[in-house]
Amino acid sequence: MLANLAKKILPRSLWVYHCNSGACNGCDIEILNVLTPYYDVERFGIKVVGSPRHADVMLISGAVTRPTLPLVKRAYDAMPNPKLVFGIGSCTIGGNMWADSYNVCGGADQAVPVNYFVPGCPPRPEAIIYGVALALGLVPQQAAPVELKQMEFPIDMYERNKAWEDRNVIYELLK
Amino acid sequence: MWLTSKIKQVLLVIKPGTVTLPYPFEPHPVPEGYRGQPSWDHHKCIGCGGCAAHCPARTIFIRDLCQDLRVMVYDGGRCTYCGRCADVCPEKAITMTKNYELATGSKKDLCTTMELFMATCNRCGRCYEMETKNAIDRMNLKGYRYDNLEMRAVLPVCTEQFDTGMLAKSDRFKRPERIGE
Repeated sequence: MLANLAKKILPRSLWVYHCNSGACNGCDIEILNVLTPYYDVERFGIKVVGSPRHADVMLISGAVTRPTLPLVKRAYDAMPNPKLVFGIGSCTIGGNMWADSYNVCGGADQAVPVNYFVPGCPPRPEAIIYGVALALGLVPQQAAPVELKQMEFPIDMYERNKAWEDRNVIYELLK
Repeated sequence: MWLTSKIKQVLLVIKPGTVTLPYPFEPHPVPEGYRGQPSWDHHKCIGCGGCAAHCPARTIFIRDLCQDLRVMVYDGGRCTYCGRCADVCPEKAITMTKNYELATGSKKDLCTTMELFMATCNRCGRCYEMETKNAIDRMNLKGYRYDNLEMRAVLPVCTEQFDTGMLAKSDRFKRPERIGE
C-alpha cells in the first residue's frame, strides 16, 4: 500500500548513475554539490546509485576521451530500458576546448545518444537542477536559437534600387 | 540513549530552519560578476572578428557570404563562458548576461547567428582588410593611402586572393625612373 502511495506521489523518481568520461572534476564537484542539503535534489526523488544496472539516468561529464569510450558504451548498455542520458558541462556538448583534439571523440553524443544537455563550464548547481526539472516537466525550456540581422541599408545597394525605381516611374508615366 | 540524541538532533535542526533552496519553483539570483550566456548587440557590432580570434574554445565562426555581407555564428554549446570575447570587443557589443538556465535537448538551441553589413572603402568600393589577427599586426599593415600608387596594385581584391608574397614584393618595389622600364 505504501509502495502504491509512493508511486502516486513520486511517479518519476530518477535514479542517477554518475559517469565521468575524462572530465576535469569541475562538473563532478557540481554534481555532488547538487546532493547537499542546500540544493536538495532528493525532494524530486533523485538519488545517486553506484551501478548502471540500478539507474534510469546516466549523467555524463567530460568530453569522452579515447580510453573511456568503450567503458562509457558498456555502462550505457548495462542500463535497463527506458533510459535517459544527461550531458553535464560544455565538454559533453561538443568537446569544449578540445573539440578538435585527437584524443577526444568530440562530445558525449558521439559515443551514446544524449537526451539533455546542460551547458556551463562547470554548470551552476542550479543549472543542473534546471536540466533535471526540464526533463521532469516542471519548468519550461528557455534556450532557443537566436538570429540577429542588421536591418540598416547598405547605402550603394539602396541607391541602385532607388535609381531603378526612378527609371521605372518614367516608364509607367509613358504607358 | 539513542532517543535523547535524536531529540537533541531535532532541536539542533530547528534552530537554523530550512536551508534548502526552493530553486526550480522560485528564481535564485546569481552573485555579482557572474558570467552567463554572452549576448551580441548587432547594432553595435562592426564585424572586426576580434571575438573569433580570441575565443579559446573557438566557438565563434566568421563567413563572408559576399563582398558586404558577413555572417557570424556563435556555437554556444562549447562555450566556456570565460568572457574573453566581451573583453576584447572594441565596441562593447558583447555582454555577459546572467542567464544560466540553458539546459536543452538540442545543441542548435544554443547558437546565435548574426548577419552584418560590412562597410566598403569609399575609394575602391571593396571591403577593408580584416584578416589581420591582432593590433600589432594591424600596425605593421600598410594601410590604403591615395598617394601610395604601388600599394594600389597589391591591394587584395578579396581575402581569399590575398597573398603575403605580394605584400613582401611591394616592399622591394622600385619606382621606374623612365617610362617603359
